[in-house]
Amino acid sequence: MVDHLLGIQGLSKSEIYRYLDTAHSFVEVSERDIKKVPTLRGKTIVNVFFEPSTRTLSSFDIAGKRLSADTINVSIGSSSVKKGETLLDTVRTLESMNPDVLVMRHSESGAPHFASRYLSRTSVVNAGDGAHEHPTQALLDLLTLRQHFATKKRGLEGLRVGFVGDVRHSRVARSSIWAHLTLGNEVRLIGPNTLVPTDFAKGAFGTDSVRVYNDLAKGLEGLDVVVSLRMQLERQEEHYVPNLDEYSKEYCVSERMLAKYAPDSIVIHPGPMNRGTEISGDVADGPRSLIRQQVTNGVAVRMAVLYLLARTVGATEEVGHG
Amino acid sequence: MAKARPVVIHGGTLIDAASDRDGEFDLLIEDGKVKAIEKPGVLKEHAEAEHIDAKKQWVMPGCIDLHVHLREPGEEWKETVQTGAEAAALGGFTSICCMPNTKPANDSAEVTRFILEKAKAAGASRVLPIGAISMERKGKQLAPYSELAKAGCVAFSDDGDPVADAGLMRRALEWCLMLGLPLSCHEEDRNLSCGGCMNESPRSLRLGLKGFPGVAEDVMIARDIELARFTKGKVHICHVSTARGVELIRRAKNDGINITCEVAPHHLLLDDSCCETYDTAFKMMPPLKDNEDIAGLIAGLKDGTVDAIASDHAPHDRDSKLVEFSRATVGILGLQTSLPLLIEMSAEGVLSRRRMVELLCSGPAKSFDLPYGRLSVGSDADVIVVDPNRTWRFAEEDIRSKSKNSPFVGRDLKGLAVHTFVGGRHVVVNGRLASEMALNTK
Amino acid sequence: MTTKYKPVPREWQLVMDEDTIARAVSRMSFEILEKDRDIKNLAIVGIRTGGEFLGKRLQQEIQRIEGVDVTYGVIDITLYRDDLSSAQSQPTLRGTDLPFRIAGSRIVLVDDVLFTGRTIRSALDAIIDFGRPRRVELAVLCDRGYRELPIQADYVGKVVPCQRSQLVRVRLSEMGYRDGAYLIDREER
Repeated sequence: MVDHLLGIQGLSKSEIYRYLDTAHSFVEVSERDIKKVPTLRGKTIVNVFFEPSTRTLSSFDIAGKRLSADTINVSIGSSSVKKGETLLDTVRTLESMNPDVLVMRHSESGAPHFASRYLSRTSVVNAGDGAHEHPTQALLDLLTLRQHFATKKRGLEGLRVGFVGDVRHSRVARSSIWAHLTLGNEVRLIGPNTLVPTDFAKGAFGTDSVRVYNDLAKGLEGLDVVVSLRMQLERQEEHYVPNLDEYSKEYCVSERMLAKYAPDSIVIHPGPMNRGTEISGDVADGPRSLIRQQVTNGVAVRMAVLYLLARTVGATEEVGHG
Repeated sequence: MAKARPVVIHGGTLIDAASDRDGEFDLLIEDGKVKAIEKPGVLKEHAEAEHIDAKKQWVMPGCIDLHVHLREPGEEWKETVQTGAEAAALGGFTSICCMPNTKPANDSAEVTRFILEKAKAAGASRVLPIGAISMERKGKQLAPYSELAKAGCVAFSDDGDPVADAGLMRRALEWCLMLGLPLSCHEEDRNLSCGGCMNESPRSLRLGLKGFPGVAEDVMIARDIELARFTKGKVHICHVSTARGVELIRRAKNDGINITCEVAPHHLLLDDSCCETYDTAFKMMPPLKDNEDIAGLIAGLKDGTVDAIASDHAPHDRDSKLVEFSRATVGILGLQTSLPLLIEMSAEGVLSRRRMVELLCSGPAKSFDLPYGRLSVGSDADVIVVDPNRTWRFAEEDIRSKSKNSPFVGRDLKGLAVHTFVGGRHVVVNGRLASEMALNTK
Repeated sequence: MTTKYKPVPREWQLVMDEDTIARAVSRMSFEILEKDRDIKNLAIVGIRTGGEFLGKRLQQEIQRIEGVDVTYGVIDITLYRDDLSSAQSQPTLRGTDLPFRIAGSRIVLVDDVLFTGRTIRSALDAIIDFGRPRRVELAVLCDRGYRELPIQADYVGKVVPCQRSQLVRVRLSEMGYRDGAYLIDREER
């Protein structure tokens, strides 16, 4: 049975910790002079991106290479969909090259789930699907938080985490919400009604541990972690916000607001940032920001995911080792 | 052509909502008409007739489906008039109304006549074409309603697309009022549905699929109710899927507005949790709803607000479903599953038997003012014999349609049309097409 | 001091008891010192998890004998194994900690049981990724034979004759057991 990582929803607490513990070891590997281990020698990883992405693609690519796997990057713009090849055809073509892991980014929610149903010997890693999930980003955020709170003699549990901004369109938010709920944390969704529908609270996640705040100040109060989400210009055209100025006046995460309402909080952002729109420069570059560590941890987390999944591909009986 | 032998169906339970019959009656079919309906034993002397023993079975008027897509002309790999009409006969439907979203659209007498010729050649169920409301269904220019009506169209619709232009809708209603024909309306405000591919709900938010809010349907129903009130034209609302929609129609009926509506079986039996695995078999238009809406639809079925069950039979080839959820085609087959699914609902006590027959026969007939859907002496012999206790597993091989897109494949169904008479022609014999049996015996 | 030890299954056959293990550790420490008196560059490196505690014991014994600090490190070879796909159990990465300069050092690798030699091969690869040691030696508590690679130990606590199918397990007080090496007939799990 081939394992996939399609989302954080449904992962148990121990599975989440397994990814984090494993990633922790790979942080050490990434700090060595020789940043490469032979673990996945002879394995093939195909990174197939149906949506442009620089940081996630390069992060997966480096992760695979540091594990000695052969990595191939296939970027397929949405234009090829117009050319006529279906997702299934593309995926089957790639599978006939016998990759062990298929890392997939797609603009449509559920695309990796669909692909995984037609793959029998390839592990699928969801590198972001539409507005659904982005599990490796959630894991790297958790790893970053874990490292930070370890210095405060705290763990990942019992935290108050607030997501500020365009939760409606954010796959990072969905994956992270599931993770924090599994860890037993309090989750707040902060933003205007159009982007943070009240249904999101209980209806979507089935728990009272998620609460919606339309008021930034009230939402920030007492938070340990602030997750600032990317605000895209298109939202203005789609009538989700009147304009970006209006949005940022009400919802920009600034040092002034944090100092007043969540003085002990730290801030993360999945990137790329729109400075001055959803996050102010003084926060992004200030002492609360863990944004740089997030990028470093991205490689370690993806190494952990590739390592744990590639193991399951072509698994045979246990042989002696001593 | 030799005169067909008369047929006596005896021993069955005759259920006909139009004549308010539900009991043991024998029925005589002769010269394409229902010649007699009598108490058991009376019709025995017809020794020359073919006798069908319908013991423990139901004898019903043939069902009428107001909403099917036959794909011909233009997409014959999905369905043809022939395969659609045959699927209908096997499913117990003796009349089906086919939507004009073919290629080209049915906006001229040529296309209407083409469909009718194909239907005649098929020799299965009656095919009653629906003409387009606007030329090429583009919502810009009225279609030639009188020409289409003379060629044989029984209603008009731009189904698949809403009529966005209220002004055009008003004039269409005014024209069709003169012809006495209804406009069958696909209700959707595209600025609200906005490319949504599943019911907008906490679930769609969680799955990250673009939501189609129920209100996109409701506001258009409300608009067309007001236009019907204003023009006195006849409006029929297609595939109502929301509780609010039913409530709006209920009030309109109370106000005396000339309005009818239909509900599709899948909107009653499946809910939006089916989308949980991104399975495109469950992608519909309008999308599957939650339990609250389903309860509203069922209330409408019970109290008579809903006039008809219509399958929205929408054949699609496998490839068009084997894609990302948001890019998949919408709809499912319905002709061969509607009757069994309704029988199941009636067996479970959701609907009375009489009401079920009404929703499948006289209700749709009344909605489009068709002379079918009833069993009375002198009426066209559109008759079916149904074995309500037959339990069978619906398999892909059972599907007569060219396409196989039914989420009910593999499900156990209850009830099967074992005989179908269309205008007295014995089209389905013992659950099989007569045309095929003739071929096999050669 | 009385300690409550965890029991081992009764069918496990004892091949080294507490005293034998203590004497073997002591003897191996002397041998390590005899081979090369340069302890400044000496580093004891335990292979996780079997060699971890044994390595620590050797380091402490050598420190006791010589009265100076001896460098100690641990190495996790999980990422260097050649049987990734076949390891059914979920491997936990425990991390490598080599708090010294590898280049020019004299490393004594320590493991509890020497069998096929594959673990040692992995450990050598891992060490070499960190630098170029002057020399690498190998100390094991039990050598049970059946090598699949040309690898031999420099220091051996005891040669344990056994069949290919049998298992050799070492249990130490650091893990909560009374010190002992055991011979086990399959399948004990």
